[in-house]
Amino acid sequence: MRFSDQFEKRFAEMLTHYPTKRSVLVPTLLYAQDEAGFLSDEVIAEIAQRLELTELDVNNVISYYSMLTTKPRGKYNVQVCTNIACMLRGGEELLEQCKDRLGIGHKGTTSDGLFSLEEVECIGACSWAPAIQVNYDFHENLDERKMDAVLDSYRKKAI
Amino acid sequence: MADLVSHPDEVRVVSKRFGKGATNIDRYIELDGYKAVRKALTMEPDAIINEVKNSGLRGRGGAGFSTGLKWSFVPKQASKPKYILCNGDESEPGTCKDRLIFEHDPHAVIEGVMIAALAVGATKGYIYIRGEYRYLSEIMQKAIADVYAKGFAGKNIFGSGKDLDIYWHGGAGAYEVGEESALMESLEGKRGIPRIRPPFPAVVGLWGGPTVINNAETLASVPHILLGGAEWYANLGPPKNGGTRLFCLAGDLEKPGVYELPMGYNLKKMIYEVGGGIPNGRKLKAVVPGGSSTPILLPEEIDVAMDFDSVAKTGSMLGSGGVVVLDDTVCMVKFALRTIKFYQHESCGWCIPCREGTDWLKKTLIRFHNGAGLKKDIDNMYYLSENMLGRTFCPLGDAAAMPMMAFVKKFRKEFEDHLDGKPCPYEKASEEINRELAVL
Repeated sequence: MRFSDQFEKRFAEMLTHYPTKRSVLVPTLLYAQDEAGFLSDEVIAEIAQRLELTELDVNNVISYYSMLTTKPRGKYNVQVCTNIACMLRGGEELLEQCKDRLGIGHKGTTSDGLFSLEEVECIGACSWAPAIQVNYDFHENLDERKMDAVLDSYRKKAI
Repeated sequence: MADLVSHPDEVRVVSKRFGKGATNIDRYIELDGYKAVRKALTMEPDAIINEVKNSGLRGRGGAGFSTGLKWSFVPKQASKPKYILCNGDESEPGTCKDRLIFEHDPHAVIEGVMIAALAVGATKGYIYIRGEYRYLSEIMQKAIADVYAKGFAGKNIFGSGKDLDIYWHGGAGAYEVGEESALMESLEGKRGIPRIRPPFPAVVGLWGGPTVINNAETLASVPHILLGGAEWYANLGPPKNGGTRLFCLAGDLEKPGVYELPMGYNLKKMIYEVGGGIPNGRKLKAVVPGGSSTPILLPEEIDVAMDFDSVAKTGSMLGSGGVVVLDDTVCMVKFALRTIKFYQHESCGWCIPCREGTDWLKKTLIRFHNGAGLKKDIDNMYYLSENMLGRTFCPLGDAAAMPMMAFVKKFRKEFEDHLDGKPCPYEKASEEINRELAVL
């Protein structure tokens, strides 16, 4: 299992931040997932071994955090917030629009592997609702037209 | 990234440097940055604590506990290292203020952590930022690196002979981790499950050492208090509710946004003047005053000063500053369902009243909203919530129970209108019901 140099540099530095190795686990899993696409058995085994934990320990932690996944996702993970502030301003309609345009449901992935879709809980964009995140990027104050433009921009980016 | 707004009634303290390029450390220094920590270095620890106590600063995460008092609980002598932990796991629905602080003024948070550390004798501070805020984590990592490069952190900070390390930490998606003991578990690399108290974190916290846990906005307020003085800060708000607060106006409003207003600002004015009122000629139906866990207020209850004590008198809470406004097209059963769905999703499952209670509430509300509700469900939902209250390891159970009780108490008629399989009589909700029925 090989991670990028940046990952290794950050990992080595983070280990110096805490009195226990285990403390780096949560952010490390997320950075590993960013590189590998998902937390495969191989990634889990590697991280467990580095931090002197069992794979069970690592899996236990993974299952708790909603951003961590052991299944592959699309290149662009579209996360639509439907929590109260977004709901009031059309978040659910955006979710339906995404389902329709992408032809997939909650936690589904398009057959070309480009998009996956998720209905998510509050992402901290309440004053700029309705909002979504595509991977880590926020898109705010959306409506039907802007939502289509966002999806198109990622389609173009992929070419 | 997030748009900034302004209103003449704003009093800019925490947001003073927003939009002024203060992520750059030199610019931050130009704008009075790192002056407060230099001042703190010349003060006795008890004098710093007293200054913060006298300022009336209360926890901006939601609980509203006196920050100075919290710091004073840390034992002077401890056999284990002491820590400061900044809670930047902002996740309470309706709340989006810490995001702006991290985006525009990350050094204020760092400086707040430093002052807290000097006050309690800690030598390490951690700044925990939720995983979804990746761009903010990057801003913070850069800010911390700049602080080390200047010699403000690490060994012999500011040439004072004192050592103080500042670190960042990232989450990976969990509301529950915003609870202080769960936050420590998460930082230690575990599932974010709350710890039983006592012992309190001030005595036994991170890795067994005494730990102060403060919200990001609370810590970002501290440097301003040290520079401006406790009296100035206290006088910005009503008695025992010092300072200003970032209010996140959201929902059915003309001008939603994050506004910094003095504590005790009138809620009605906040909605109609600052937030520009309700769009499309609609009427106000209800307001969630401080994040989704705070009991909802009716239009006749909103002539209230937005400080911890005044809002408490209405039976609700000032909470985390997330003001969510609902117009008269919103179906309250649906709103209750969405609120509870969140807490059910986020319950860590560790204790039974929360795990089972939120699940029962959600299932009942789904059935109810789909037109299959029974009259007795209404009282059962209230009774169930009442029995969750105060019986859970951490406040997540309360966070679900409190608003649920208010929904039933204040909108019983709307629940009754959903009985006997009648279609939802409330506009916005009807489409949703049809959609859900189509799935079933």
